[in-house]
Amino acid sequence: MLEVKDLHVTVEDKAILKGLNLTINAGEVHAIMGPNGAGKSTLSAVIAGKDGYEVTQGTILFEGQDVLEMEIEERARAGLLLGFQYPVEIPGVKNIYLLKAALNAQRAARGEGEIPAPEFMKLVREKSAEMKMDPSFLQRAVNEGFSGGEKKRNEILQMLVLQPKLAMLDEIDSGLDIDAMKVVADGVNSLRDANRAILLVTHYQRLLNHIEPDHVHVLVDGRIVKSGDKDLALELEARGYDWVLEGSAA
Amino acid sequence: MASEEMEQLVRREYKQGFVTDIESDTVPPGLDESTIAFISQKKEEPQWMLEWRLEAYHQWLKMTPPSWAHLEYPPIDYQAISYFSAPKKPEDRPQSLDEVDPKLLETYEKLGIPLHERAALAGVAVDAVFDSVSVTTTFKEKLHEAGVIFCSISEAIREYPELVRQYLGTVVPQADNYFAALNSAVFTDGSFVYVPEGVKCPMELSTYFRINAANTGQFERTLIICDKQAQVSYLEGCTAPMRDENQLHAAVVELVALEDAYIKYSTVQNWYPGDEEGKGGIYNFVTKRGDCRGDRSRISWTQVETGSAITWKYPSCMLRGKESIGEFYSVAVTNGRQQADTGTKMIHIGENTRSTIVAKGIAAGRSDQAYRGLVKIGPRAKGARNYTQCDSLLIGDQCGAHTFPYQEIGNSTATVEHEATTSKIADDQLFYCRARGIDEEDAVSMIVNGFCKDVFQELPMEFAVEAEALLNVTLEGSVG
Repeated sequence: MLEVKDLHVTVEDKAILKGLNLTINAGEVHAIMGPNGAGKSTLSAVIAGKDGYEVTQGTILFEGQDVLEMEIEERARAGLLLGFQYPVEIPGVKNIYLLKAALNAQRAARGEGEIPAPEFMKLVREKSAEMKMDPSFLQRAVNEGFSGGEKKRNEILQMLVLQPKLAMLDEIDSGLDIDAMKVVADGVNSLRDANRAILLVTHYQRLLNHIEPDHVHVLVDGRIVKSGDKDLALELEARGYDWVLEGSAA
Repeated sequence: MASEEMEQLVRREYKQGFVTDIESDTVPPGLDESTIAFISQKKEEPQWMLEWRLEAYHQWLKMTPPSWAHLEYPPIDYQAISYFSAPKKPEDRPQSLDEVDPKLLETYEKLGIPLHERAALAGVAVDAVFDSVSVTTTFKEKLHEAGVIFCSISEAIREYPELVRQYLGTVVPQADNYFAALNSAVFTDGSFVYVPEGVKCPMELSTYFRINAANTGQFERTLIICDKQAQVSYLEGCTAPMRDENQLHAAVVELVALEDAYIKYSTVQNWYPGDEEGKGGIYNFVTKRGDCRGDRSRISWTQVETGSAITWKYPSCMLRGKESIGEFYSVAVTNGRQQADTGTKMIHIGENTRSTIVAKGIAAGRSDQAYRGLVKIGPRAKGARNYTQCDSLLIGDQCGAHTFPYQEIGNSTATVEHEATTSKIADDQLFYCRARGIDEEDAVSMIVNGFCKDVFQELPMEFAVEAEALLNVTLEGSVG
């Protein structure tokens, strides 16, 4: 589904990713872990198309399409969706309005008509209940005055409504208490199916107790230095990133 | 009515026999006493009206155009303007929509303007308004039952001279400013509204329903009086882009609210802004002022300004009555080469008067705009309160926004709050929306509409929907 080959990325002339390779197949959950500043967030930002990141070498293919040639919104419509670590506030724009505009934009790209209003209302009510969000959140301005946990739940709500093929979740666990973490994890787990893939970017192992990954990758200094299954995350938790660094240097 | 029928009606040939003799209805360019006498005579005005006009004219001659605004335009040659232009002859106007600038039609389409209105707006020579005659009649009957007078100012001068004489020029005096003086001398039409004591006007009044609404654009004069405990909501303008042969527009609007009266005045202004270089756009110099003359009276201005090459406009409130309330909610959008210097004045005279100002400015392209607001608290205005919030949003890096707030506080018991922000349309907001699949232009309009929401919610429902559509059309192509 997603194939990242030899990806080199610079930000303001500073090399962040230095030859990253990653292959994700449908049905899989991948976790990217690593110390601060390793380039974890850069990877998902580059895939989503954020400005300010220069790809100097390498390719990103999504279902055979050259992602780097696509506009930001085209990537989203193709099914690549980024859940933000720090979702922005958009004053005056209702949450439900953004959801509807996004869903209809994606439907239009698939040649489908706009979703009928009753059907949409039913869908968002159902999904907000899953995320344990009061329906009043839908009527509030996007992320405005939301707590950290509410913002994260709102990101997952968008995923549940938009049903991406590849959901990329950037530090979705940061700033969450244990109850909120459970709700967010349940939401992500409900996305799991054979046709969908999930990419988790996280600093801590604890998220992976709730969302069990098929593959764990350790990203250090712009490269994936070690890959394994979920046990790798546990080992990292126990031994720290230095252990991997020593291993890769050897 | 089905749209095909409508289309047929619109396409119907102009029928002979409707023509009135308009040959003599023109004056050559230039302004002197005889021009004013001509206008007054054409309007069949009483002698006092002519004298009032001439008085204004003589004052105007002694005045100079204001230069303090943050605007740039070449000097206007007032002798090159024709001050009384009759409607264009049918044969000189486009004969059908096929002859109208396709770009204009495209805009109407985007705004969702009904077909029969498109023809009227584009100046097509069919009498496209005839469909609304029956609507207008019902409308007039209802108002008549309630005792509300709603007619053109010319008609009011003839039919209700005492009312007009009592109030005209009492809010905006003849020599108030250069453009108001010019308007007082040469105004050709506009609206008159009188709502009698205790009457809540049964419907929103809109210029659209006023007969003879066409061709009154250049020097409009509007006078609205709300008697004790009366209420009215008045809608001015139209979201469709209005073209006009006349570049200079200098309107005057006067509102009078007596005890416990409430006037809500909403404007959507979309005059032609000119081409990409700003050529041919309308200069809009407007004096709008409301007088809260009675205790507990309230005047509320809501405006959405998107058109014109130049906008010079400061709807204001004189808060004389005790506990009277003045409000100003404004969205000003400039794109291309447009310039706008707009804002408000809240003059607190009476005790415990309150005012609220919410001004949102959006600048895109190479446009430039300024918010200019005065809050003045007089020595007798004990306990007066004002809240001002003005926010500017910049789209791109070639536009400008400026804020000029003035405060004159003559009273230690007053509370005056002011908040101001200027922000660039945030890249991370745009990215957030686009990363959800929303294209850039829709994302911009979503963010901008959100920014304007506080003001839009003050607009009457139908107007608010139109205003959003208008904003989107105005900002089209402002990114990317």
